[in-house]
Amino acid sequence: MNSPTVLLDPTAELHASQRQILPRLSSLAGATVGLLDISKPRGKEFLDEVEKQLSEAGATVKRYMKPTFTRIAPTELNQKISVECDAVIEGLAD
Amino acid sequence: MKSYALVVKKDCPTCALIEPVISQLSELHGSDLQVYTQDDPSFPEGISDVKDDSQLEFSYRNNIEVVPTLIELDGAEEHSRIYGWDKKQWQEFTGLEELGDGLVDFKPGCGSKTQDPGMDEILALRFGTSKLQARELSLAESEDIMEACFDRGWSDGLPVIPPTPLRVLKMLNGCDREADEIIGNIPPDNAPCSIEKLAINAVMAGCKPEYFPVVIASVEAALQDRFCMHGLLCTTYFSSPVLIVNGPIVKQIGMNSGMNALGQGNRANATIGRALQLIIRNVGGGVPGKIDRAAMGNPGKYTYCFAEDESDENWNSLAMDRGFQRQESVISLFAGDGLQPILDQQSRSPESLAKSMAQSLRSVANCKLFGLADAILVVCPEHRRVFMEGNWSKENLKDALYNELITPGSEVIRGADGIAEGMPAKFSDKQLNKFRDDGLHIVTVGGTAGMFSAIIGGWVASGERGSQIVSQKICSV
Repeated sequence: MNSPTVLLDPTAELHASQRQILPRLSSLAGATVGLLDISKPRGKEFLDEVEKQLSEAGATVKRYMKPTFTRIAPTELNQKISVECDAVIEGLAD
Repeated sequence: MKSYALVVKKDCPTCALIEPVISQLSELHGSDLQVYTQDDPSFPEGISDVKDDSQLEFSYRNNIEVVPTLIELDGAEEHSRIYGWDKKQWQEFTGLEELGDGLVDFKPGCGSKTQDPGMDEILALRFGTSKLQARELSLAESEDIMEACFDRGWSDGLPVIPPTPLRVLKMLNGCDREADEIIGNIPPDNAPCSIEKLAINAVMAGCKPEYFPVVIASVEAALQDRFCMHGLLCTTYFSSPVLIVNGPIVKQIGMNSGMNALGQGNRANATIGRALQLIIRNVGGGVPGKIDRAAMGNPGKYTYCFAEDESDENWNSLAMDRGFQRQESVISLFAGDGLQPILDQQSRSPESLAKSMAQSLRSVANCKLFGLADAILVVCPEHRRVFMEGNWSKENLKDALYNELITPGSEVIRGADGIAEGMPAKFSDKQLNKFRDDGLHIVTVGGTAGMFSAIIGGWVASGERGSQIVSQKICSV
């Protein structure tokens, strides 16, 4: 009975023990940054302020919106953002 | 010359009876008779080179169900087999007319040790025929097995049953689905999920294998698009899946629909609801404080599962309201919160009781918010009796509640009554319904004493923009 206990992994096994993050932008100047509004109330006010600050830092800002906050963004929208932007900020609310 | 394999066990009286027959065959055939003993290789006496099959490999690989079993071999392949003791049959099978003379004509055999309870899964693992594919994690000797499950982040805060391969295999045998079948993508990570992963989490939740078909159906229900499990998991609101089971499966697996059905104490109620939560957590990645952003949550996020009391056939069940037959086993999922009591010990007429309930239903989410959250009205048996004695059906009750709750918008718009919260001003000239169409559901649960019904308020993202009640047929083995 000294054999090691074996358990089966209950997770989706999506992750190795360490996950690499994408390289960060070294500068905002000249970069295109997407702002994704998740369609919660007052997301616009918050993202307007973020846009203002990003613009002052020299970034070009593009705005996007999810159809509803309750569901994940449609693949087409994700692809559009990935094609058009160097980075994205998802605007959570509440 | 024919060759044979014979499987016996000492513990079997029939095997003991035919010991002289075995000697006779051995003398005749020598090494062309190979004897395998399941329990004690000193048995049968006087036979040299008995194979010790106490690990049951030969018996398992050759599907031995009864001892003794005599197999005639054609080279390495089986030609035919007989089992138990039937003198005439053995004589014909071996071509030895005097075999076993002096023994009784017939004595049935015993069960092979491969047929002992629980052995099927043990042997499948021992001889590598199981289809388990999940990543295996070996614990260090110094690790406490229960603590190891906490350490790896698999727990909802309570201890889990460690998911050993043997337990998982037994769980899988509770259903007739293939272990590697992908049931769908589990939100919020949208991770593809196999039946095996469900079984692992059902083990951890404490389910018995006979509950597993209900767990599978609960996941299929949660994955219906209209349930919106993704948003429900992520919301800052209280809500989480509430599981309601109808039909024959309730009694078959011993669920509680009566006294304290929404409380603790029943294994099926407790573990089926917990299994779904663990699947969302472990497979879907829905971890509180991370993607699960609930401001407070609710205690039902550990488990929230019960059966409906269907003891009165003249009162439709929730599953019937959803289009199923009484004889079908069905699970329904509702995005709901905790439990709000409705105490009414005075109403003896349906009219009074419906008005009383409507007053309480007004408070779902906020007394001034209309059409936002769905609700389940949980009617206790004593209140159901009031309606039925007044010749009210469930539909009559629902209509009365809707009518009672229609409210002029001017009374509930923002600012009305000195309260900033409320409906937008554009509704001030409208008559408002508290619940959207198909937003109020009625279920009967509870012990036979106590005039206490209850409300399970729903998620404030209801309808097509959020979650709607879903039902799924349970396919048991």
